[in-house]
Amino acid sequence: MPSVAFSPNIRSHVEIESYQVYGKTVQEVLEAVFEQHPRLRSYLFDDDGSIRKHIAIILNSEPIADRTRLSDHVGETDEIFVMQALSGG
Amino acid sequence: MSDRIYVGTRKGLFTFQRNQAGWSQTGADFLGIPVPMLLPDHRDGSLLIAAEHEQFGTKIHRLKSNSSIWEELNSPAYPKKPENAPVIRDPWRQVEVPWSLKKVWSLEPGGNPGEIWCGTIPGGLFHSTDQGETWNLVESLWNHPDREKWCGGGYDFPGIHSICVHPHDPKKIAVAISCGGVWRTEDSGATWSQSAHGMTFNFIPLDQGGGAPDGQDPHRMVQCPAAPDRFWVQHHCSIYRSDNGAKSWIEVKDVLPSGFGFAVAVHPSDPDVAWFVPAKKDEHRYPVDGKFVVTRTRDGGKSFEALSQGLPAAPAYDLVYRHALTVDESGTTLVMGSTTGSLWVSDDQGDSWAHLSAHLPPIYCIKFG
Repeated sequence: MPSVAFSPNIRSHVEIESYQVYGKTVQEVLEAVFEQHPRLRSYLFDDDGSIRKHIAIILNSEPIADRTRLSDHVGETDEIFVMQALSGG
Repeated sequence: MSDRIYVGTRKGLFTFQRNQAGWSQTGADFLGIPVPMLLPDHRDGSLLIAAEHEQFGTKIHRLKSNSSIWEELNSPAYPKKPENAPVIRDPWRQVEVPWSLKKVWSLEPGGNPGEIWCGTIPGGLFHSTDQGETWNLVESLWNHPDREKWCGGGYDFPGIHSICVHPHDPKKIAVAISCGGVWRTEDSGATWSQSAHGMTFNFIPLDQGGGAPDGQDPHRMVQCPAAPDRFWVQHHCSIYRSDNGAKSWIEVKDVLPSGFGFAVAVHPSDPDVAWFVPAKKDEHRYPVDGKFVVTRTRDGGKSFEALSQGLPAAPAYDLVYRHALTVDESGTTLVMGSTTGSLWVSDDQGDSWAHLSAHLPPIYCIKFG
């Protein structure tokens, strides 16, 4: 099963660990995590369903190609890392 | 007399309390995260706040009475945009207005137990009947065809910053929008009508739409609890008063040092007493000539006093945002905070002010606990 992990900043807001979940696309993997942690969804996605602009999803060390439908294929041994850009002022 | 103040700032929520020794800061929560709006709910003692994470969006948190544990509730969320919904563009910039929460800009209790109203940017009004645990968009206002006439002002998109619920008939609600005028309902939000009649932009000729109610920019609107037909508005161009339940507006002209500002507070039992914090118009937004004052009328706007005892001497460049001036239920104690992080309290209706802090982050909103 693919694995998915989250940056410390995200985990500071939602108590979440690394997971191995079923899924053939990035979307399917994240939906599997959301089933266990529904509150996580609003941290990663805007209420119009689009991924928040500061959120980056890394698949095997490369940013995913499809930030609209999250359709990037995920293999059995692939690793997803979800992180955020940090800014402020 | 109120003894607790909640301050929402650019960098968190701060609590001040008064004891026999005076006021002191007793709490700092959500440090580093903007808190643009908060609601101490006097019905059950809970505190609701909006935390606006730059990376993760706005989250609603609640602290129940006598608890020290913050709960995260559902945030207001716009429903999925129907495919046949019209594309609405900001009239000035022709940029599409999003169906997505950008800012929680007002939180007010409704007239029924657990009922809360929430105004947002980009212009959606939300309703909760369960103390903020869930929210529904008021589609009657969001889908009103005249929403296409609303535009952004200081922010990119229009927003509801003031919600006034009639104290005796909570089906009657008035909301003020920058820049969308004033909208009223008398049936709990089933139907709405524009009522910014009488407001004008003095920099737009009347024959070019300067007096059209749609698109007016009331910066802040308040309603007198004891005389609910009396409203006050600090508009972008002037001060306005309504004597008929916000159905129409009378301009209060020639207020010195300026009719421009953001904040207004009205005495809870004397509708003729109101406070404002003037600034140099339009884009400048600092005290006129660097003289920071509060203006007060005691006669319904016929005359104004400029109050400065306890406020910094000139030059001072404090600006008070629309939600950063308020008066307590006694009508005696006021609190005010500035974008330069100063906080003042007055226990004599503004005659004099005590400086509680000069070192807070920029202050967005203040309410008594």
